[in-house]
Amino acid sequence: MAGPREPTFLARDSYRRRRVSDAARLVPIMGFLLLLLPGFMTVTTEAMLYIFGVWAFLIFVIGLLSRHLADRNVPPEMRASDEASDS
Amino acid sequence: MSFDLLVSVCVLYVVTLFVIAFWADKRAEAGQVAWLNSPLIYTLSLSIYCTAWTFYGAVGYAARSGMEFATIYLGPTLVMVGWWVLLKRLVRIGRTQRITSIADLISSRYGKSNLIGVLVTLLAVAGTMPYIALQLQSVTLSFDVFSANPGEGLNETAFVVAMGLAAFTILFGTRNLDVNARHHGVVIAIAVEAVVKLVALLAVGIFVVFILAGGPGPMMDVISASEIAQQSIRPERWTVLIALAAMAFLCLPRMFQVMVVESYDERHLATASWAFPLYLFLMSLFVVPIAAIGLNVLPDDANPDLFVLTVPLTFDRDGLALLAFLGGFSSATSMVIVAALAVSTMVSNHIVMPIWLSRQQGGATVSGDVRSVVITARRVSIAALLALGYLYYVYSGGGGALAAIGLIAFTGMAQVMPAMIGGVFWRGATRYGAAAGLTVGFAVWLWASFLPSFGEDGIIPATVFANGPFGIGFLRPQALFGIEGFDPLVHAVVWSLLLNTFAFCLVSLLTFPTPLERLQGAAFVNVYRYSENSPGWAGSAADAEDLLMMSQRILGGREAQELFVSEASGQGKEGYLPDVTPAFLERLERELAGSVGAATAHAMIMQITGGESVSVEDLMRVADEAQQILEYSSQLEAKSAELGRTALQLREANEKLVALSVQKDAFLSQISHELRTPMASIRSFSEILMQGEGVPDEERQRFSQIIHDEAIRLTRLLDDLLDLSVLENGQVTLNERSVMLNSVIDRAISATDRPGEAMPIHREAQMEAVQLHTDPDRLAQVFINLISNAQKYCDASEPALDVRVGMERGRRFVDFVDNGSVVPADVQNVMFEKFARGTDHRAAGGAGLGLAICREVMKRLGGDVSYIAVEDGNAFRVLLPEARAAVA
Repeated sequence: MAGPREPTFLARDSYRRRRVSDAARLVPIMGFLLLLLPGFMTVTTEAMLYIFGVWAFLIFVIGLLSRHLADRNVPPEMRASDEASDS
Repeated sequence: MSFDLLVSVCVLYVVTLFVIAFWADKRAEAGQVAWLNSPLIYTLSLSIYCTAWTFYGAVGYAARSGMEFATIYLGPTLVMVGWWVLLKRLVRIGRTQRITSIADLISSRYGKSNLIGVLVTLLAVAGTMPYIALQLQSVTLSFDVFSANPGEGLNETAFVVAMGLAAFTILFGTRNLDVNARHHGVVIAIAVEAVVKLVALLAVGIFVVFILAGGPGPMMDVISASEIAQQSIRPERWTVLIALAAMAFLCLPRMFQVMVVESYDERHLATASWAFPLYLFLMSLFVVPIAAIGLNVLPDDANPDLFVLTVPLTFDRDGLALLAFLGGFSSATSMVIVAALAVSTMVSNHIVMPIWLSRQQGGATVSGDVRSVVITARRVSIAALLALGYLYYVYSGGGGALAAIGLIAFTGMAQVMPAMIGGVFWRGATRYGAAAGLTVGFAVWLWASFLPSFGEDGIIPATVFANGPFGIGFLRPQALFGIEGFDPLVHAVVWSLLLNTFAFCLVSLLTFPTPLERLQGAAFVNVYRYSENSPGWAGSAADAEDLLMMSQRILGGREAQELFVSEASGQGKEGYLPDVTPAFLERLERELAGSVGAATAHAMIMQITGGESVSVEDLMRVADEAQQILEYSSQLEAKSAELGRTALQLREANEKLVALSVQKDAFLSQISHELRTPMASIRSFSEILMQGEGVPDEERQRFSQIIHDEAIRLTRLLDDLLDLSVLENGQVTLNERSVMLNSVIDRAISATDRPGEAMPIHREAQMEAVQLHTDPDRLAQVFINLISNAQKYCDASEPALDVRVGMERGRRFVDFVDNGSVVPADVQNVMFEKFARGTDHRAAGGAGLGLAICREVMKRLGGDVSYIAVEDGNAFRVLLPEARAAVA
């Protein structure tokens, strides 16, 4: 089924945003691979420092990416709107 | 610190929560919800993931197994940092389909099948039960720490706690029927509790690290020296646990509730993606230090699950201990409230409502308020769920380590994962596949994880553990298929999920989905493409009044009427009863689904509209809509091009007709003249002959000659007309035989030979030596016509005719080229038509039928004749009949 046709080349902004979303998809994979390593560490304190280091790194990276991802691709009806009257 | 003080602080805390929740509900009713819906509140509400298991259990876990406890928080961290891949999709689906629970998600995806809903609900009940028991156990144990008589009245405490939690949940969780209309009171209470437990754990952690250990550096030394340092990470457990925690994070009913159902704005995920991992990070940061210090300073028989409480107590920090207690209490209560809420919604929507509906004689249209039924069902379910949790607590002996119980619950809920992921990403997943996967996973989990959790001889006898049921070795609960030596947890997780996924995929591949399933599958998998308009279908004639009656009982009178009025005005109708269009049914069903779940809403609408009305044709139509639009537009393009061509042809034909009609007018006057002239002379000369006496003989001879000539001319004209009509009607008989081309040309030239005005004719003897298979008389007729035409019309001072034979694209032709002046273009166009003739009548002897006859003859013979303008004259090209021409 043919979706809406998209332009072959994107403006610099949209191109950048797409690569940011690519990166966002890679983060969990990278995180999982990094977190497999402690399974082979023998010194508990070192493993502990490593784990918390990776953890902080992941938080930092996704924090940066999410700032760019937050406002796009969300159709208006998915956003906070006048639903206050619901309750 | 006295037990009574503790109880009163506890009661005070709960009352405060009540007040906050009540106040938030009031604010929300007044429409002031902006700050209630901030990303911060959303993130904090996710923290119900951190239950008492986290608060107390993580330290105990660390004390027993070292860093392994972190897997429980790393899994969800990975899910959150990967929000762009999966969570965003789930939240979008949840919003567009008005999903009320994880069971609703799965059932909705698989064609709103209630069977699937029931399966997931059962799984949720079974998986939540140990989890609630775990909360009761931890609260009870923490009370016991402060108790004057430790170890007494544990079950009574647990019972009181369960009762209190049930009351709170019923009070705030079942105020609104529409689950999508967010429980502001509950959410805000959870957010407050989230802050309390974080502050409490951080406070204890800071106390331990900076006051007891004397800073981070010495702390690391303490850890290195403690038993924790002896616990190395086991890779297989480590990996499986991270994956398990990630799956459970997505599938646990309470997590789905806060993450998807209560989600207010998709963009909140962007904030939560880093903020919630940060929350988990902070909750985990001091777990190992507290465990290490606890192991150091407390006696060996102290329960490590309570170190968070007992360490401050040992150092007489009553305030800190109280804070820690409240933190643990918060963790337990918020988890129980949301879990009970989520599971009770499932039970009422997927079990109670379908039964109630089927027992109603008149179906969904009978009077009576469904709302009270739903609400009652939810309240009873909440109470029942807490009762089950309490029973699990009592019968499991309250002895197991918190972490072990939690992991059993995790493994149970993770069984939903294959059906969920498959449903969201794979259109080929079917309801039978989902049912098979869930059943297999559930069964393996029960046998390998849940039942053994009651201990040897708890439910499963010890002999079965050792030898398998009925002595069948490869069905031993902890060594399935005879493979031993696995860690029991890894064993249960790997086998249950593996067999679950396998059954899911295999059965999905082998079965065929119903039309509704395929619709829903497309709507789920392509949620970003069709947000908010999943395709509708044509419902049969349903009465708007019936629908209104039913809706009023579910949504409430005012809300239902508002909905109908807005739809009616949207359709441009007066009054409150809109037309029952597919779009309206779709919208109504979704609104109802927000209250009673997709399966029930679908069933109710179907009862009124008269059964399943979506057909495969509808499905194809909807699925291929875009394709059809494309096809249609290309068809239009083709049609319009065709129209353009036709218009051009018409214009050309019209020009021809106009020219022809002008020619015809000229011809009519010509032919009447042609006929009149001979007739007139025949009449006058015959009259002279009749009067006869004084006419000399030579005169009589001359007059008879004129009459004869004129009669011949008339006959020739009539012969031509007759010949043409015979040719055109296809009644001509051809005498085909083999003949040499040059002989035919010879005949034609000799027939046209007019002594005195001989026109030199140039021929190429070599080229003419070709054998033909055709009707030589007819072909000669054409040649004669062309030659005599050239003789008649050639106006050159020294007229000459070339007869050239040549080949064109494998076909032989004969050109008759004269050197006269070129025929004007307007004549060229019509010269082959009947009655057409050149403007120059000077030498005209015929009636303008010659060329028309030539063309008809050549067509009959399988060739053609056409006019070609050459440099200094005119050429008529006779294309000889095809196949036979080659036979030389």
